[in-house]
Amino acid sequence: MSKTFTLDGREIPFETGQTIMDAALAAAVYIPHLCHNPEFAPHGSCRVCVVDIGGRQVSACTAAASEGLVVDSSSEAIQATRRAILQMLFVEGNHVCPACEKSGACQLQAVAYYTGMLAPHFTHFFPRRPVDASHPDVIIDFNRCILCELCVRASRDHDGKRVFAISGRGLESHLVIDSPSGLLGDSSFAAGDKAAHVCPTGAILPKGRGYETPIGERLYDREPISIVGDVRAHEEEVV
Amino acid sequence: MAEKPRVATASLCGCFGCHMSLLDIDERILQLVDLVTFDRTPLTDIKTLGDCDLGLIEGGVANAENVEVLREFRRRCKTLVAVGACALNGGIPAMRNQFSLAECLHESYCGGIGVHNPGIPNDPEIPLLLNQVHPIHEVVAIDYFLPGCPPSADAIWTFLTAFLEGRPIAFPYTEIRFD
Repeated sequence: MSKTFTLDGREIPFETGQTIMDAALAAAVYIPHLCHNPEFAPHGSCRVCVVDIGGRQVSACTAAASEGLVVDSSSEAIQATRRAILQMLFVEGNHVCPACEKSGACQLQAVAYYTGMLAPHFTHFFPRRPVDASHPDVIIDFNRCILCELCVRASRDHDGKRVFAISGRGLESHLVIDSPSGLLGDSSFAAGDKAAHVCPTGAILPKGRGYETPIGERLYDREPISIVGDVRAHEEEVV
Repeated sequence: MAEKPRVATASLCGCFGCHMSLLDIDERILQLVDLVTFDRTPLTDIKTLGDCDLGLIEGGVANAENVEVLREFRRRCKTLVAVGACALNGGIPAMRNQFSLAECLHESYCGGIGVHNPGIPNDPEIPLLLNQVHPIHEVVAIDYFLPGCPPSADAIWTFLTAFLEGRPIAFPYTEIRFD
């Protein structure tokens, strides 16, 4: 008989070694997430997958599933915590949705819609960050980077290139590129790399394909992320 | 018969797209004028603001006049709503926050392509620009936020009808967008 835990009142089966997120994904139950991708080791950095277990708030992507756990992922309190996390992500970067090609197919937006976030609430940082358009096929807009490290993990663990890393501490944390000039165009990065297709926001975008899908017909325009899933899966379809 | 709720609207640093979206409610505007009395708004061209039940603000805060108008709306309106991306997070105008005000003025009036007779305008009637464009919640307290660039006519209608009827305000999934 398989082991189970309870997620929002529903029995979720799991195998030893699985996280709450692993088991929920396998059972097709949506727990919002940004830095998690089942193809890579859990990172636990964005905290959007926060769930409540007996009054403790933990990230579902790093917490081990265990027999008899009672997990709350959908109460208003949990959604409010997620909204606050998302609002901080929005004000710490420059997320100008009307000027972003990824809009409508952006996981940051979609998770914000899912949690009922209407406005950023906090005071904006308006940081000054560059755009790197040096690569012939891909553009990086650091204004939209949420430091999820998916490109870091994809480049290191899948592409075997280590093109990306996070440098700095706290508010100074930022994505860096391994090339003599620090520019993507001078690195070994290629448009076919896994790292080019895992970004949950519009930070890493292919050139020459902007606004391919009309507004209103994009991934999250019609249906919520809890139904259609991560943008990554859909990104890979077009490679 | 009780007096109808008074509604005022204003565009600060925005493109008037949110007002255009309000007009996109089409023939429902006849229902709306039955439900409310419009006070100061570009739709009536009334220049002074009276005491209102509801104020709708489009656009961010980019200059001294925007601050003055916004504070006046906060004083006079019982309920104040941020309408559209610029009001919520600065929107497209806030993209100038990547540069210093001096750089922006220089590009626009002195060193930019196609500039003739360079010189930064300094007429006292021109409101002074702020160093940065700000969302309106950073200047005054806001009661409701309606995202979108612009929010769709249906989203505006959903908000207005629920608010005016005193119902809980809830939107279908497709009516809430950040772009």
